[in-house]
Order: sequence, then structure tokens, then C-alpha cells
Amino acid sequence: MEFSKEQLFDFYQTMATCRAFESRVSELFAAGKIPGFVHLSLGQEAIAAGVFACVEKDDKCGLHHRSHGEMIAKGGDINKMMAELFGKATGTCKGKGGSMHLADMDMGLLGANGILGAGFAIAAGAAFACRYNETNDITLCLFGDGQSNRGPLHESFNVAALWKLPIVWICENNGFGLSNPVKGHLATDNVSDRAAAYGMPGVTVDGNDVLAVYETTQEAVKRARRGDGPSLLEFKTWRWHGHFEGDPGLYKDPKDQEEWLKKDPIPRLGNMLIKKKYATQEDLDQMKAIGEAKIDAAVKFAEESPWPDASELYTDVYDRQL
Amino acid sequence: MQMTYAEAIRDGLRVELKRDPKVYLAGEDVGPFGGCFGVTAGLFDEFGPKRIVDTPISENFIVGHAVGSSACGLRPVVEVMFDDFITVCFDEFANQAAKVRYMFGGKAKVPMVCLTINGAGVGAAAQHSQSLEALLTHIPGLITVIPSTPADAKGLLIAAIRDDNPVIFYEHKQLLGVSEDVPEGDYTVPIGKADIKREGSDVTIVAWSWMVQKSLAAAEELAKDGISVEVLDPRTLVPLDKEAILKSVGKTGRLVIVQESCKTMGFGSEIAAIVAEEGLDLLNAPIIRVAAPNTPIPFSPVLEQEYIPSVEKIVAAVKSLF
Repeated sequence: MEFSKEQLFDFYQTMATCRAFESRVSELFAAGKIPGFVHLSLGQEAIAAGVFACVEKDDKCGLHHRSHGEMIAKGGDINKMMAELFGKATGTCKGKGGSMHLADMDMGLLGANGILGAGFAIAAGAAFACRYNETNDITLCLFGDGQSNRGPLHESFNVAALWKLPIVWICENNGFGLSNPVKGHLATDNVSDRAAAYGMPGVTVDGNDVLAVYETTQEAVKRARRGDGPSLLEFKTWRWHGHFEGDPGLYKDPKDQEEWLKKDPIPRLGNMLIKKKYATQEDLDQMKAIGEAKIDAAVKFAEESPWPDASELYTDVYDRQL
Repeated sequence: MQMTYAEAIRDGLRVELKRDPKVYLAGEDVGPFGGCFGVTAGLFDEFGPKRIVDTPISENFIVGHAVGSSACGLRPVVEVMFDDFITVCFDEFANQAAKVRYMFGGKAKVPMVCLTINGAGVGAAAQHSQSLEALLTHIPGLITVIPSTPADAKGLLIAAIRDDNPVIFYEHKQLLGVSEDVPEGDYTVPIGKADIKREGSDVTIVAWSWMVQKSLAAAEELAKDGISVEVLDPRTLVPLDKEAILKSVGKTGRLVIVQESCKTMGFGSEIAAIVAEEGLDLLNAPIIRVAAPNTPIPFSPVLEQEYIPSVEKIVAAVKSLF
């Protein structure tokens, strides 16, 4: 597939912004400015950038709980996201959700989910609605390798294939379900091996190659839009940090970590851009700076935002006061 | 017109399916088979496969997909075939449907209804007979509707489908064939409004679902002994019409709560606690709960009859207060 310079720059910019966001969140968490649990996707940026370049604003997406990058790639408001992580009133969810429950319904982002595996059926329901409403919209469902072992996967994969729902199942295989390596939790070599059981295409691709991610997703999205049903895509990558911030990841083999750091998706694309003479190092530095500036602004916005009023505890439980 | 409880529910579904194209019904065997208890008979022929959807045996999917489709603008009515099976998909109720609105800061809603059926007395033993209505009342964000008459069932179901919150709607096996005059066409019974099923002055019995019938029979018996019983049916447990309960207890000075489920932590415990907290000075006698024992539900008809709160037990409980 041929990519335009503009497309390639877009990929680079998205990855750079996601990297900047996650790096900053890591620092802020360590500094005690962000409460709770945060799960970062450092090293996995190519998947967010490649996947979300394939969909439109009205397409839906179910997320897991390592989803900051995906929110950014789908066009979520970075200021509001950061404010949400701080627990501020201006956050995406008014400070009631936090990192694990980020959502932006206007962008079709059906929410991160703290219950791994619950998102399969919810995303299938969104895909059901896409078709019921006779739109051309499709739904993506992103999940991790650890999550792939939950029972709702089976129910949802089966029904989605049976009904040919317009959905693409996307596994971000980052090597671990918390501390448990894939070899310790998965009976098959690949998550995508399971696709055959549901009569849908399944493919495993290098998740650190943004162009491969894009091409693979594009094909599955087209298939879903055509009404030919779901596909299962598995993007193999590596989680640079621990499961959550504060987890030093001592269960990782340092050699593996070192090898994967060398496969960093951002310089990988950057080197290609320079080699093809599409970009200079200055261009790349500038995109990095744009990402950083967005995060600077987001942190400022979050820090200056008010805390929710205590009365907010009691609102939004129901549509009315019962 | 004269309708059974099952027919009234079907009629309520029909009213809403006709009125709102976003309403659809999905569940196990709800289609051509007409539902395990015949409640949805004929709807498939009338509304077709888009609106009346048979699903595989996949409760996580059934409830989870409704969270997704309702968040995307549809108004699903799903069925979990037996109350006992709610435990299979507890996450979808407790962590998903109940919390979406709150976690996402009020920017998403889940207007879904889940029909289910509870109740002992048909020899269905331990896993098809329970009355677990109290379980989900503990989770803020859900509404629990549990009608005892055909007219209430139809009006409350229409109200439930129009409600913007997730609603669990309890049918009772023993009530399906009960018949009465039911208004034709479109009407609602307000959610959160109790109904006095029999007026009285000496003692208040609060009961719901099948236990309303048992309590009315007991009231008839007690009248012969000169005891005037008021039977109050809350009709919905969340929201609970506690003003109506307190008002009735204020009139009679005595409270007996009749519930079909196990005594410990049944919904009757909550009602007793509310009256103890807010109406202790209204009481002339201790509060009594008539409930099933803390055992699983046995198969043998002899044992099962011993399990179910009987008219005799209710009569004896009331008499013990005088």
C-alpha cells in the first residue's frame, strides 16, 4: 500500500502525542498529582495511531483500561482527558470516572472499562445498533491478551459472527496479563488462532508497525462495512511499563524488554520518513514538540480546573432524583 | 378487557413495539417459540426478526449487548429466562448497566429493560425457583419493578420501557395465569408509587409479587376474626414508596412484611430498617418478617410447600401481634 506524506505525518503526530501524554501521566502519577490506578500504553502507540486512522467520527469503539492513546487517536479532547485523570470537574466524565472509565459518547467512544472482558458484549451491542439503525457505521472493540481469556469473549464472538455484526475485534497483545506472560495464560500461540472457531478471519500482525496495523485494520473495517461480518486482528506489541504505574514489572526478562525497546514504533516510522526524504529530523522534532505542547496545555487546564462540588456525588445515578 | 398477567405483559410489549421503532426484544427463545412461559407468543409473527430477536444461550451477551445498544440510542427489552440466571450476568447489571451514566458523568444513558421471572411452587428446584430481587436493589443505578397484578404489569412495563434508566422487571410464575380487567391500549403505572391492594386499619402487610395474593387471602381470613388488614404493594422496590409505607403504618400501628425469598437480607429487611429508623414511634408492636427459610429451594412438592410462605404462616404472624 502506498501512503501519502500527509498520512505518514498524521501517524507520526498521533504516536508522538500519545507518547507525550503517557510519559507525562507517568511523571504526574509518580509526583502524586494523579490519584488511583493508571495503566499506560507506552510502546503501544502504533496500534492506536494505525487503527483509528481507519474509522470515522460516527463509528463506535469499545475500549479496555489501557486506553488513553486510543482516546487521543479517535479525537478525544486531551484537556478534558487530563482533567479527568486529575479528578477535576472539567474532566471528560466530570471527575466521576477517572482513567479506567474515560468515555466520550460524542466521539463514539463507549468507554474504557475496569472490568476486563465486559467490553465485548457492550461493543457487540453497539455494532447491533449500527446495523439496526441502518447506518454505515461500524464498531471496533479493543482488548488485551489477558482479557481475551474472559468468557464474554466467547459469547460475543459467536453472536457477532452468527449475525454478521459490523464489528472488528482488535487484540493488543502486549505480552502480559498483568504479570502473567502470554505463554502462561494462553493455550494457543496466538489470540487470533481462535478466529477459526467462529468462522471469521483472524490475523496476527506486528503491532509496532503502524503501517501494517493500518493496512490490516483497513481491510477488516471494509469487510465490516460491507456487511460481511467481524474479523479478529491481533497486534503483537510490548508494554514498556508495569501493568499499572507503580508496578516495576520485575516479572519481565530484561533482555526481552531491551529487545522491544529497540522496536519502538515512533523512531521506526521516523527513520522511514527520513530515508524516503519525506521528513527531516527537524520535522520530526517539531511534531514531538507539538505533542508536548498539547500536553503542557492539558496539564495546565487540569491543574487550573476546579474540583467537583461535593453535591456532584449524588447526581447522575439516575436521570432524576429517585 | 379481561387479560391474564402474561397477556398483559405481551400487550404492553406490543404497545411499545408499535409506538417506538427503537424498541426491540431479544432473549433466549423469545421468537417463534414465544418464550419459555409463552409470554412473547405471537410477537415474532407480528413484528418480525428485526424487532424480536432470538439469541443463543449467552446471558453475558444478552445483557451486555443491551448496555451497548441502549447507549447507542436503541431501547432494548431483553429477557433473562429465569431470575436464577441473573447471577450468570451479574457484572453486566452491577458494574455495567448500573454505572454507565454515573461513571461517564451523566453523558451516557442506558434505557434498557430486562424481563425475568422468579418464584417457587412449580417443582423447578434450587436453580429455577429463586426470588433474588433483593440482590440488584443493592446496586445504585438500577430500577426494580415487581408487579403483582395484570394491570400493574402492563402499565409498569410501558413505564419501564420509556424510562431512561436500566430497569429489571420481575414476572412471577404463579401470576402468569391470573386474570383481571386490564385497560386497553396505552397507559402507564408510575414507577415508585405503591398501591393499597386492600384497605384496613389494624395492621399493615407490605408484600410484593405473588406474596400480595397470599397476603390478600390471609387478610380475608383475618377479617373473620375481626382483624382489619391493609395490604400495601410497593410495586417497585427501587425506587421505594416509603412515604406510602410510613403512612399506612402510621394508620395501623403494626407492620408485617411478607417476602418469598430467604429471610436474611431479603428486601423485607430494608423495609423493616426504614420503618425502624423513620417510623419507630408509629409502631405499637414489633415488626415481623414472614419469609422463606435460609435454605435452597427443594424439589419435592412436600418440602417446597414447607419452604414457601403460606397463608397460614401470614395469619399466624399477624395474630401474634394482638
